[in-house]
Amino acid sequence: MHNRDGFVDITDVVCPITFVKAKIAMEEMESGKILEVKMNDGEPIQNVPRSFKDEGHKVIQVVKNEDGTYSVFIEKDGL
Amino acid sequence: MRQVQKDCFSMRIRSVGGQIGAEQLKKVYEIAQDYGQGYVHLTSRQGIEIPFIKLEDVETVKSELAKAGLEPGACGPRVRTVTACQGSAICPSGLIDTSALAKELDARYFAKDLPHKFKLAVTGCGNNCLKAEENDLGIKGGMQPVWDKSTCSLCGLCEVICPGKAIIVSKGDKGDGNLVFTQEKCTNCGKCVKSCPVGAWQGKAGFLIYFGGTFGNQIAVGKQILPIIFSQEKLFSVIDATIAFFAKYARPGERFRSTVERVGWELLEKELLEKELLEKELAETVLPEMELAEIVLPEQK
Repeated sequence: MHNRDGFVDITDVVCPITFVKAKIAMEEMESGKILEVKMNDGEPIQNVPRSFKDEGHKVIQVVKNEDGTYSVFIEKDGL
Repeated sequence: MRQVQKDCFSMRIRSVGGQIGAEQLKKVYEIAQDYGQGYVHLTSRQGIEIPFIKLEDVETVKSELAKAGLEPGACGPRVRTVTACQGSAICPSGLIDTSALAKELDARYFAKDLPHKFKLAVTGCGNNCLKAEENDLGIKGGMQPVWDKSTCSLCGLCEVICPGKAIIVSKGDKGDGNLVFTQEKCTNCGKCVKSCPVGAWQGKAGFLIYFGGTFGNQIAVGKQILPIIFSQEKLFSVIDATIAFFAKYARPGERFRSTVERVGWELLEKELLEKELLEKELAETVLPEMELAEIVLPEQK
């Protein structure tokens, strides 16, 4: 598991709130810091990391959790 | 379309890829107000019909439509409205420029007389918003991905988003991580390329073609019988050959799917191959030279 500076769980919301919630959490981070985003399989894992890419943040690592969710570690402004 | 009401027609307007200009829309509005009953019907194939046009007004309505660059749509045994999603020009998921392709298809094939109706559709990616497989010939944007080891960070994102489970990432302990890509499982969806945070997945966009879909009285899903095609010129050759096949073998009033089922899919494949469509194309499919992953290629037939 990667080190993290912040954490947000978006497994309790659905599209389009998934990315909105993750984006707000990212906005509170400083550049270069790592945010862990816990998300569901399916649409969130397909779309949320790609949306972060489009906004210039870099996915560092993806970890599959035992409960079937994913933890995606993203570096702010890493791209 | 002739309505149940005597001497009334629902005037279908030719449309391409579900797009209509604002000025044209204004003309449609005027006609619906002046000659119809003040409303329009949006068809299942992205078109517009203006109901309750009286027989005596049909010619006037046609000339009014022409003023805005519009004309009646096609019905009967011929190539119908070409449908399309917004594609790569607008949609973040799009892999091909569907709108431009739909216009080209419309210019080449619209209203061409055939033994039965023939429907063409263009959808930009595997999300399949325009349901390629429901059409006599459907085109779907696809992508052949290529992995570059030197750029890859082994983050594992592509493995979890790949719908075909074609990618396995082993992160390794001391820089000995690797990635295995199984070509045979790849669905050409391009999601690895779109999502990769470091650009280690690069891809070449192309066309996946589905033959013989029909979704009316008879339900059948279009079949993909050719590998991904990269050149638009080659795509048109395939469509030309398919339409020629339909015109040659179909009985009058027989839908393309029924024709292929009757004379055999092998014959369609053979006729497409005979046009030397594939040999050149397969040569183009050779992957670009990059530092490749351990690529598992499909077994030769």
